Amino acid sequence: MSSPLLRFEDWTDPVPPAEREVVSLTGDADAARPPLLFVPGLGHGAWAFAEHWLPHAAARGFAAHALTPRPGGDLRAQVHDVVQVAASLPRQAVLVGQGAGALVVAYAMGRYPVRAAVLAAPVMDGWPTLWAALRTNPFGTLPALFGGRLRLSRKQLFGPEMPVDQAQQYVERVAARPRRELVTHEPPPRPAGRPPVLVVGSPDDRIVPRTSLDRTATRYGSAPLLFPGMGHDLMLDVAWADPIEAILDWLDKELAQ
Amino acid sequence: MPDTPDIADRRDAVCVIGAGASGLAAIKNLREAGFEVDCYERETSVGGAWNWRHDRSPVYAGTHLVTSRPLTEFPDFPMPDTWPDYPDHKLVLSYLERYSAHFGLEDDVWFGTEVVSVEPVGDGRWDVTTQSTGGGSSRVQRYAGVVVANGHNWSPARPEIPGDFRGQVIHSAQYKDPAQLRGRKVLVIGGGNTGCDIAVEAAQQASTVWHSTRRGYWHAPEYVLGRPFDQITARRLPLRVRQWFYRRAVTLTSGDLTRHGLPAPDHQPYESHPVVNSRLPYYLGLGRITPVPDVTAFDGASAVLADGRRVEPELVITATGYRPRFDFLAPELLDIAEDGRPDLHLHAFARRHPTLAVVGLVQAGFGLFPLAHWQSVAVARWLRLRVTDPERATAVQRKESTRPVASWSRRRVVPTPRHWFEVDHVEYLRAVEGLLREMEAA
Repeated sequence: MSSPLLRFEDWTDPVPPAEREVVSLTGDADAARPPLLFVPGLGHGAWAFAEHWLPHAAARGFAAHALTPRPGGDLRAQVHDVVQVAASLPRQAVLVGQGAGALVVAYAMGRYPVRAAVLAAPVMDGWPTLWAALRTNPFGTLPALFGGRLRLSRKQLFGPEMPVDQAQQYVERVAARPRRELVTHEPPPRPAGRPPVLVVGSPDDRIVPRTSLDRTATRYGSAPLLFPGMGHDLMLDVAWADPIEAILDWLDKELAQ
Repeated sequence: MPDTPDIADRRDAVCVIGAGASGLAAIKNLREAGFEVDCYERETSVGGAWNWRHDRSPVYAGTHLVTSRPLTEFPDFPMPDTWPDYPDHKLVLSYLERYSAHFGLEDDVWFGTEVVSVEPVGDGRWDVTTQSTGGGSSRVQRYAGVVVANGHNWSPARPEIPGDFRGQVIHSAQYKDPAQLRGRKVLVIGGGNTGCDIAVEAAQQASTVWHSTRRGYWHAPEYVLGRPFDQITARRLPLRVRQWFYRRAVTLTSGDLTRHGLPAPDHQPYESHPVVNSRLPYYLGLGRITPVPDVTAFDGASAVLADGRRVEPELVITATGYRPRFDFLAPELLDIAEDGRPDLHLHAFARRHPTLAVVGLVQAGFGLFPLAHWQSVAVARWLRLRVTDPERATAVQRKESTRPVASWSRRRVVPTPRHWFEVDHVEYLRAVEGLLREMEAA
């Protein structure tokens, strides 16, 4: 495992800067509350949070930001971008990652002492996730194994209650090109500082198996908070308000301590 | 807190002295380890040496980093990746101010407050006497630990040159602006980064420039093959190979400077504090800078050189560095020798006082901020371990006392006070990492 102190790669080959798209809602922000930075998963952009979660968090007094991953960036570049944006915020930030974005957040926590972190439907274990994807959506997943596009299906991202045309609209916006390291990466580093970490997910998520959810939560010393009936895209599914409400309640409770 | 003559007991809180880069890192990392912190800062703002408003700041108008951004930023708070490779002092100060604001560190800083004395009261606890800067009534507070981060670049080391001199002599600490050089005959003494920098500025401003150096140094350029020099050399390679690499890179860029009259280095790269300046060879080549040997005496209008020559400068700038000073501590607490050199484990931990540490008293061919960060992480975890698991702390202490000095401190450096704290960043960080690992719960 690489050392957190001796970062030869960062010293001799730093990640080149890139234009970063950050959507921010800071209007009603309460100065006592930390800023939130949302990190989307594979194929998603800041738009996925701008739909519901961003305005909802802003309405509750949090400065809310969402970052679009740089096109073609590997895991290292994505982590770099998240840490760069987090460090540019005026106060110590809370990171909220969804799907593969949760993996990026888990890595970023090793590089930046977050105020708190939320891993939503975290894609942390590559192999079980790949296996689940092959079972649910073999034709969408197989081409991605050979460098092609990953076609995520409506069934993978959303629960059964989601209206079909709405779901189809979102699915069309998703342009996923997974990299091999999503499966082969090392386990994420230990978080810097000792931040509180919340894991949320759905037992009916067709991408992240329940066992994987439990494993991730155990790793961060808690149990996952579950929202049955929802799909993988907790921030876009019909019941999007439930998880974000729970996340913000948890934050208020944690930060009060 | 009420201003009472009694000793206010701050119980488990830790006292940090100084709110410069090292002090700020100490506050942050002590807090992360769960400590309450009181930091005392004699000035009214953060930034220490990098804040040009501070009267002890050594910063001059042209000061910039000599190590590039990725090797200089705090490991957990990167500088913006759009910043230049070698940010100047204003950017560095804004970085420290943002670091402080981002983590809310100023909440724990008592500005305009000087530490007058720090005394052990037994049991590992300390009485810290503070006073408003420039006088006022003093008060005493008791702490569970003290972290000294008062910097080592503020008390000028002035060379003792015999004889009277009719011109003006200033230390580089008093050099602020190139206008001070304009149209004058200038002698710059000192071959370090500051000395070379001022010689180069003088080459652009002064009428005549002499640059006096005692020995030859390795002059690394800022860039090799379009990349910052240190990003090329900071590789995962053994020291010997890195030294070879360094010599090659210097040969290919600055080349042989003895051709211009500079002495050849009498040591290997990394055995002295690295000097990064590609403009010095350039101005030597243009004949704007005349290299001269050591100044042995002053005599009226002239300075006498080691080779017997005489030059007649109007202004002499001694860029001869700084000495660490701990006026508020009895010398034996840090095992300070006659010559003023403290003897600390990892240049950080007092050998006989487990709750006293110094952060930032170290130099490398590498930025100081990352080293100060990891030092303060180690100090904070050590103080925490003493509270949570005293038995384990004793075991760690016993193990650490057997760590050979040569494993983290440079064995071979140029024997001058300037290199008391010179370390190789790889060896040093490995040693700190080893300590961190030992302290982790088994």
